[in-house]
Amino acid sequence: MKRHLISAADLSRGDAVLILDTAEELASLADRPIKKLPTLRGRTVVNLFYEDSTRTRISFEAAAKRLSADVINFSAKGSSVAKGESLKDTALTLEAMGADAVIIRHGASGAAHRLAGWVRGSVLNAGDGTHEHPTQALLDAFTIRRRLRGTGAAGARGAGLDGLRVTIVGDVLHSRVARSNVLLLSTLGAEVTLAAPPTLLPLAVGSWPCAVSYDLDSELSKSDVVMMLRVQQERMSAAYFPSVREYSRRYGLDAARMARLPGHAIVMHPGPMNRGVEIAAEVADSVRSTIVEQVANGVTTRMAVLYLLLGGTEFPATGEAR
Amino acid sequence: MCAASNPVAGRDGLAVLDPEEIRRALTRIAHEILERTHGGDGVILLGIPTRGVPLARRLAARVGEFEGLDVPCGSLDVTMHRDDLRLHPARALGRTELPPGGVDGKTVVLVDDVLYSGRTVRAALDALNDLGRPRAVQLAVLVDRGHRELPIRADYVGKNLPTSQREVVHVLLTEVDAQDSVTISGEGGKP
Repeated sequence: MKRHLISAADLSRGDAVLILDTAEELASLADRPIKKLPTLRGRTVVNLFYEDSTRTRISFEAAAKRLSADVINFSAKGSSVAKGESLKDTALTLEAMGADAVIIRHGASGAAHRLAGWVRGSVLNAGDGTHEHPTQALLDAFTIRRRLRGTGAAGARGAGLDGLRVTIVGDVLHSRVARSNVLLLSTLGAEVTLAAPPTLLPLAVGSWPCAVSYDLDSELSKSDVVMMLRVQQERMSAAYFPSVREYSRRYGLDAARMARLPGHAIVMHPGPMNRGVEIAAEVADSVRSTIVEQVANGVTTRMAVLYLLLGGTEFPATGEAR
Repeated sequence: MCAASNPVAGRDGLAVLDPEEIRRALTRIAHEILERTHGGDGVILLGIPTRGVPLARRLAARVGEFEGLDVPCGSLDVTMHRDDLRLHPARALGRTELPPGGVDGKTVVLVDDVLYSGRTVRAALDALNDLGRPRAVQLAVLVDRGHRELPIRADYVGKNLPTSQREVVHVLLTEVDAQDSVTISGEGGKP
């Protein structure tokens, strides 16, 4: 694996499967009396969050703490960033404090990539602008594999997502989750289709490893997984659809649409949800919904990533007695 | 886990135990476990991945044969507790699977293929500590090759094998490697 996790495209199929397998082994930790491992004792992980986030920051914090790392939370509000400090100067400060890993969320696409050139530790992209959010894609892949390919000893160890059809619905244009998922899920062998209004698809979508459809209804019956995206009103500076009601009619997942999915199909949402816009409340609360599981799997998957990036060394010693 | 993972080299090394001898050693260990634990009451066997796990299963099957006793059997991965993690690239994890009922108040017999520096066993003791509080912990190994770096000893040993630190001991088991054998390969590690 590479030293940083900036993009889902950094992961080969082997890397991605290793992360999922590691997460599968770590999942049993949640059932134990002591939910902690000593593996990253003495390592420092910095949560560098320039954008508001609850679940991602808490998820990374819980993951790092369960591996016994020291966690420093840094949010741009009320810090020196508010006084005008640049990303580079903040990075050098963190570097001087001896951060072994920096988890960054930033409103600008490419921020994580720039940061990786400035610090010695590992950089984990926790969302940069409308670019990527690779750990979300990993936890989604993990959730899909557990639900549709099984868990435990007889489960999916070593398997990808070959042959599964995943439909990603909604605001692809503003979604870093969609881009990371398209890249990762196709690396793992799934067939990905984007279903969205033309105004909410990026211009370069033709070069992505996926199919595109403007009609959600025609995709439902052949989907093993439907992943709903949040309508990101805070990033929308123009009118992308006539009204929320019309969007909801054409691209929202309601009970009638859910009934047309195959029996085994699951419904995913990266959260936070706009109930009644892209997903109806009865769908979000149904047994097909994996939304709560995704949160739990997020901690496990991020533990796996932190362990694989920080747990070993790039420069193995030789001749050591094991 | 102890320096025993290269099956190709294993075939070229000097045979130390053949399949029959491995079978006899495990039979003796199973009897010893029953003797030492007064009939095997409250005993659970935990194998250390990779090859400790099939060894633990074989011991449990033997104990079942001799006394009609159903000994719970599981696996204990020690990777996250190792002291040499930072000397290697991050390793893939093995499986930890406890029998229903856990380890509290039980006599846990840890099972591994080779006992060498003792560091794997130390990691296992730490891992076990996070899973509960056994009444007692014992250690069974197929081969004890010496060169301990920690104050650790085995309670049950299949074969004591004097080695040089430059030699490599290979344990192959049918469940993992499609054959049973214990071999030692020459000075310098590679035959």
